[in-house]
Amino acid sequence: MKTLFERSVAGRHCSILPACDVPLKTPDHVRTAPLRLPELSETDISRHYTELAKQTFGVNDGFYPLGSCTMKYNPKINEEAASLAGFTEVHPSQDHVQGCLEVLATAEKYLCEITGMNAMTFQPAAGAHGELTGLMLIKRYHELRGDSARNKIIVPDSAHGTNPASSAMCGFTVVNIPSAEDGCVDLDKLREACGEDTAGLMLTNPNTLGIFDKHIREITDIVHEAGGLCYYDGANLNAVMGIARPGDMGFDCIHLNLHKSFSTPHGGGGPGSGPVGCKSFLEAYLPGEKIVFADGRYQLAERGEESIGAVRSFHGNFLVVVKAFTYLLTLGREGVPKVAQNAVLNANYLKHLLEGTYEVTNKGVCMHEFVLTLEREKKETGVSAMDIAKALQDYGMHPPTMYFPLNVHEALMVEPTETESKETLDAAAAAFLDIYEKAKADPEAMHHTPLHSPIGRPDEVKAARHPVLRYHFDD
Amino acid sequence: MGSYIPSTLKQQEEMLKEAGFSSLDDLYRDVPEDLKLRNALDLPEGLSELETAKRLRRLAAENKVYDSVFRGAGAYKHYIPAIVKSVVSKEEFVTAYTPYQAEISQGVLQSIFEYQTMICELTGMDVANASVYDGAVAAAEAISMCRSPKKKKVFVSGAVHPDTLKVIRTYCWAAGEEVCVLPVRDGKTDLSGLDNEGTCLYVQQPNYYGVIEDLKAISETAHGEGLTVIAGVEPFAMCLLETPAECGVDIAVGEGQPLGMPLSFGGPYLGFMAATAKLMRKLPGRIVGETEDAEGRRAFVLTLQAREQHIRREKASSNICSNEALCALTASVYLAAMGPEGMKEAALQCYSKAHYLAEGLEKAGLRRRYEADFFNEFVTDCDDPEALLAKLDEKGILGGLPVDNGILWCATEINSKEEMDALIREVAA
Repeated sequence: MKTLFERSVAGRHCSILPACDVPLKTPDHVRTAPLRLPELSETDISRHYTELAKQTFGVNDGFYPLGSCTMKYNPKINEEAASLAGFTEVHPSQDHVQGCLEVLATAEKYLCEITGMNAMTFQPAAGAHGELTGLMLIKRYHELRGDSARNKIIVPDSAHGTNPASSAMCGFTVVNIPSAEDGCVDLDKLREACGEDTAGLMLTNPNTLGIFDKHIREITDIVHEAGGLCYYDGANLNAVMGIARPGDMGFDCIHLNLHKSFSTPHGGGGPGSGPVGCKSFLEAYLPGEKIVFADGRYQLAERGEESIGAVRSFHGNFLVVVKAFTYLLTLGREGVPKVAQNAVLNANYLKHLLEGTYEVTNKGVCMHEFVLTLEREKKETGVSAMDIAKALQDYGMHPPTMYFPLNVHEALMVEPTETESKETLDAAAAAFLDIYEKAKADPEAMHHTPLHSPIGRPDEVKAARHPVLRYHFDD
Repeated sequence: MGSYIPSTLKQQEEMLKEAGFSSLDDLYRDVPEDLKLRNALDLPEGLSELETAKRLRRLAAENKVYDSVFRGAGAYKHYIPAIVKSVVSKEEFVTAYTPYQAEISQGVLQSIFEYQTMICELTGMDVANASVYDGAVAAAEAISMCRSPKKKKVFVSGAVHPDTLKVIRTYCWAAGEEVCVLPVRDGKTDLSGLDNEGTCLYVQQPNYYGVIEDLKAISETAHGEGLTVIAGVEPFAMCLLETPAECGVDIAVGEGQPLGMPLSFGGPYLGFMAATAKLMRKLPGRIVGETEDAEGRRAFVLTLQAREQHIRREKASSNICSNEALCALTASVYLAAMGPEGMKEAALQCYSKAHYLAEGLEKAGLRRRYEADFFNEFVTDCDDPEALLAKLDEKGILGGLPVDNGILWCATEINSKEEMDALIREVAA
């Protein structure tokens, strides 16, 4: 469809501002370059974005089992709370913000209780940002102990790509360790990798295959004995919140994805919020200001000189925290474990419906997600994980995560979440099975799916070889 | 208690049975018993929606909302057209994930492509990414783009926002780089300490004190030392002043909050990043490109992914994954609603009103600290900032931010002459 720029008509405009009520002035050295923003009426704008919205699939459009992303329903009350003028019209450096500070302080308390941590910062704006922050805490810890040789972070091969990337940004060398046969951490390989240069380990539990690593205490002990710290990637917390806590598993610091486990929306790729929690011995290193309650009121206080400083301006993505806090108030102590249990139930139920037909990597019980492999089908018929994913679009659902984790060939990672009903799961299973039959009967046809979306598969090679990254005007 | 779980207890039992489990607890048979929480979490009982709504309204009411705001310092109050909120509340945009499946994400992909184009137009640069977390992180990420195996020094103007400097220091510390802060003279960056041993120079335009820097001269001097020039720019100022591209800047970044995002106690905000074509493959994060499908239909996709963490892992240009997509959409809708003339008019009003306010405050006894011209912020001397701000507070006015025994004031198109006159009267009284 047309871009905003192709809809533009010279001289057309909305009327937003009044005439200036003070004498107009201009600086020296004014801009001479043209400013080619679109010229549109409000009708044009409204229709343009309505059309774009129709070509965007959100959680509200249908089942969205995108593995590792926890695409649960985003409650409307959260949005309403975050749009209250008492939150949106508050300057980040003004006084009289008891409400804002109470939200942050209480959310910190609740999330620390859920994760088994002692303190938390809300400055990180997304999961990867949280990882970087957590690794900085680990770096600071070793640095202040004068343990400067510890420059390696151990990352299993099933980890999210952000784990090694965050480690590198933090100046660490990444040691990748292969997973054991069952997809869990290979304890021998871990022992071999640990040493005097180990700064820490990054792990998610349950892991990206949807398996709870039973040896988790042993794993964190091995790392601790070697002098390293353990970082918990909270991407998969939805499976265990209210059931087991990263703090009790031996993790020293964690990040959470409020836009995954705590129901705040993803916005097509953000804003998220990636708060970082830690045990007491790391608290002094946290970035940003801390909130203290003294003399009957909440106050912002500087952290000491040991703090890593700041990873973002002000207090992070505050309104996202408001949404997650609203969700926590709604769930309460019984709701949190119910969420986890039903997320795991839904995953196991859907896995059960598919495993007679598709090959599931995890033969036993899974946690909140499971991984299918199309390796055999790809070899025998040429039908790939991508083909199955694209075909699913024609059934009104969003495909699972493709080609992840990297240690599974032709992977499709399925995470239904707890906010989907049995009927939705039954219908999704029927779609998966129907596609499998079709793929057997006519493998070639699968390469041309989807058939009913606004466009067919885009030419990604062309996009990368001849990058067109902005609209080019004719002049 | 609410949990948004649609399955009834009866259905849950059916599903458990069907999948071979005896109970919900049985689902956790792989979790060692000694790791399971024995007692319920120490959280309050869950609330109904009605109770939750009341609680949040009460909390929101405990924050003060000012009738007039004359404070910027990194967060700016502008008028937000009604169409902006209406568009960005559309559920499809709000609830979608990163557009990995291009066929059913054309809307969000096209909106990012349009955003990238508008950021290029504002800054004059060749390419822009899909956004990063905020302006301070954009500055730190831009510095990361310049990283070199040989040089470990980074120059930063002393007249940048203190939060930005803090974030830069933290990122550079982690990467093993030294930050060399240049002094400020008469409100402007003093370049005399520059040398050719650094990778880049980061300056802010207008700077933290509101002063318009000689960006062209700064670029020339820094280029003379072989440094990459990064400018943190204010989006309205870009519509009035020479663009970063016209000034010879290599990477232009900034805080996009003024483009349609409310103050929100600091976030969500929007970090924008744009660069010359030469630096395209060093940009961090998502970038959307135009291509076509097999039938030749226009299509948009996430592209140049060989830079990114999910492909390159530890060799990626950055770890960024989620960015601020909905905020980028907000900025796009805002810019579309304002149009080129509206943006120029708003920029002119920001400039004119700030100058009107500065003159008025000067007459009321607050002398402007720096002679250099400014955009929409300026610093005045003030003997007792706390007392003055407290007096204004009582009248529902949020005065400027106290800085170095003075006050950093801000005016935008939203501040009427009447409001400014009222402020000036209070200051004079």
